[in-house]
Amino acid sequence: MNSEILGIVVLFILTVVLAIPFGRYCVKVFKNEKTWLDFLAPVENFVFKVCRINPNQPMDWKENLKASLTLNLIFFVWAFVILITQAWHPFWNPDGIGNMEPTTAFNTAVSFMTNTNLQHYSGETGATYLTQLLVFCFLQFVSAATGIAAMASIFKAIVQRQASDLGNFYQLFLKSCTRILLPLSIVIALFLVLRGMPSTFEGAAQVVTLEGDTVNVARGPVAPMVTIKQVGTNGGGYFGPNSTHPFENPDYITNFAENFAIIIIPIALIFAFGFYIGKPKVGYAFFAAMTVVFLAFVFITVHFESQGNTELAKMGIDNSLGAMEGKEVRIGSAASAFWGVSTTSTSNGSVNSMHDSQTPLSGGVYILDMMINAIYGGVGVGFINFFVFVIIAVFISGLMVGRTPELFGKKIEAKEVKIAALVAILHPFLILVGTAIASHVQANQADIGWLANPSYHGFSEMLYEFTSSAANNGSGFEGLGDATPFWNILCGLCMMFGRFIPIIGPLAIAGSLAAKKYVPESAGTLNVESPAFVAVLLSVIIIIAALSFFPALALGPIAEYLSM
Amino acid sequence: MKTHLITGLKITVATIILFGAIYPLMITGIARVIAPNGGRGEEVKKNGRVVGFELIGQKFDDDKYFNGRPSVVDYNAAGTGGSNKGPTNPDYLAQVQARVDTFLVHNPAIKKSQIPVDLITASGGGLDPHISPAAARIQIQRIAGVRHLDVAKLEALVEAHVEKPILGMGTSRVHVLHLNIALDELK
Repeated sequence: MNSEILGIVVLFILTVVLAIPFGRYCVKVFKNEKTWLDFLAPVENFVFKVCRINPNQPMDWKENLKASLTLNLIFFVWAFVILITQAWHPFWNPDGIGNMEPTTAFNTAVSFMTNTNLQHYSGETGATYLTQLLVFCFLQFVSAATGIAAMASIFKAIVQRQASDLGNFYQLFLKSCTRILLPLSIVIALFLVLRGMPSTFEGAAQVVTLEGDTVNVARGPVAPMVTIKQVGTNGGGYFGPNSTHPFENPDYITNFAENFAIIIIPIALIFAFGFYIGKPKVGYAFFAAMTVVFLAFVFITVHFESQGNTELAKMGIDNSLGAMEGKEVRIGSAASAFWGVSTTSTSNGSVNSMHDSQTPLSGGVYILDMMINAIYGGVGVGFINFFVFVIIAVFISGLMVGRTPELFGKKIEAKEVKIAALVAILHPFLILVGTAIASHVQANQADIGWLANPSYHGFSEMLYEFTSSAANNGSGFEGLGDATPFWNILCGLCMMFGRFIPIIGPLAIAGSLAAKKYVPESAGTLNVESPAFVAVLLSVIIIIAALSFFPALALGPIAEYLSM
Repeated sequence: MKTHLITGLKITVATIILFGAIYPLMITGIARVIAPNGGRGEEVKKNGRVVGFELIGQKFDDDKYFNGRPSVVDYNAAGTGGSNKGPTNPDYLAQVQARVDTFLVHNPAIKKSQIPVDLITASGGGLDPHISPAAARIQIQRIAGVRHLDVAKLEALVEAHVEKPILGMGTSRVHVLHLNIALDELK
């Protein structure tokens, strides 16, 4: 087997094998059972004591939501204030970086609060060390934990019987940070520094090269930030070009470790659902449904990236390394394509190659992946998005057999289906309306200077940006000149709606399900772990995505592919 | 709502200290002990002088050196980036064609079909420290001519610098800076 293909096969299998025990461990954290990290309990208890939180106080879905939204508002204000004043802070700014422009600061604050980490600034020239740590590194923990806490509340709702308690938000939030994100981050960050990734407070280093040029080499506390960027499906890189930068991704082994970090928690949490409700097979069935789509996407992108840009092949050069524009030699085409699917599946958004320069159908797959946004998905929210599709699929299956649909012993009624349908429609609404507005502006002001590429590809750049914002992904077709008020504000709003409505809606569904009477299983109960249901579920996902988005994809990536 | 606001402020401060300060300081502290060059980035020295960083590619466009990949930022390690040009962009394709033509002028013994794609495309970060083994090999004849060196000697030098896939996974590559330092030492 080709050494590049072997690398990604080993990576995927290893991650899945480790995700199963890790999923079991996460369930113990959510249920407050004993784990081998209980020595951290004094730290957590100290925080609860100082904050006057009773971690065992029950909270219903509304209290959970209030706590979560209030906390996020505080995060936003903190981030925004630090960003527009960063030049004036007395320390951790050795390279003398200036304040951030207000609309870019708005976009960035929203972006890190919502776990999107779309970056309309460039790290090495736009953010001080203080901002990188006290805003970005911090928010990459807590925004991930916000998503995990919401998901854990939904898990609890499904096993509750006629009760309102969905768990204590503060406890789920803090323990997601200390017990899930932190231990994984420490292990991986130390591995990365051993492989040469910098972690220092010294400023840029000046060197005279072998040819005699003087260059300044930007560095900083890279490793801790890069690790949580991957582990928390954040994606906000330390440097502008993210994990294509050699300091942010030193070699093939670190690439392997970082890609592992991107998908381990999202996959583990799917298994965790099965373990939590006492039906591991449900977790495996959901995992199987997602994996069918994931692997199909991997096949397509690895094929096209390894084949290379056919326009360059027409020039008569040796294209055997694949499509190398925007890619690194130490990583190679196959690992870049696999990462591309990983990062767009899990709403991570970090990149190890420039998606804008990839072949048209690979770019199209990434956009479609973010349009679905539930193939493993971001930590916590990925499962929540998937849960919305499950409700719709259960409803449709119920209609087919003419019986009130049930899910895990709870009747799914009009209220739940309405909320689920609204949440499912929001995503295409944000993406398509946003892209339509941008296309309209672009069409009337051709000299506006947004697009790095003409024609179909230019349209794809705009479509990608809105899809990435609404999906809280954060990667981009970075040729887009997006550091302007138009993009900062519109994408900022998309990120906010795309983040909080898919948390509010499903939490409301969860609250309603938790309060319902348990209906014992009978011969007529829909079996959600059966292959038949998995097939229905997949069809629902593909039909919703295809019907809503096919026209837009046809105008961008598909048209570009056909023009080659 | 008010109680959530006060609790929220407190837990924000606590988590900023834990995850924005203690966690990165801890990693940086441990890096000082265990990491190459104490976490400041591993340096490459020639005769005791620092000539670059192990991970950071640098500009080589002189005919007497093995040249690296094109860089959109001209190997400026303080402001990095890629081209973000799409695969069918006519300006981009013209730029690649120009790189091919330039290469052929500097390396007249080489046929177009031998040019590996990494030598005429820009990396994502603009700091790629490597080229493919094929990209090093096709520069041997030029360098042998400029430096009046034996081709066989240069071939041996390049082969000694080819890094194979790790545990059978990944790509083969050549570290351009290491190769050029060794080249300067070749007699």
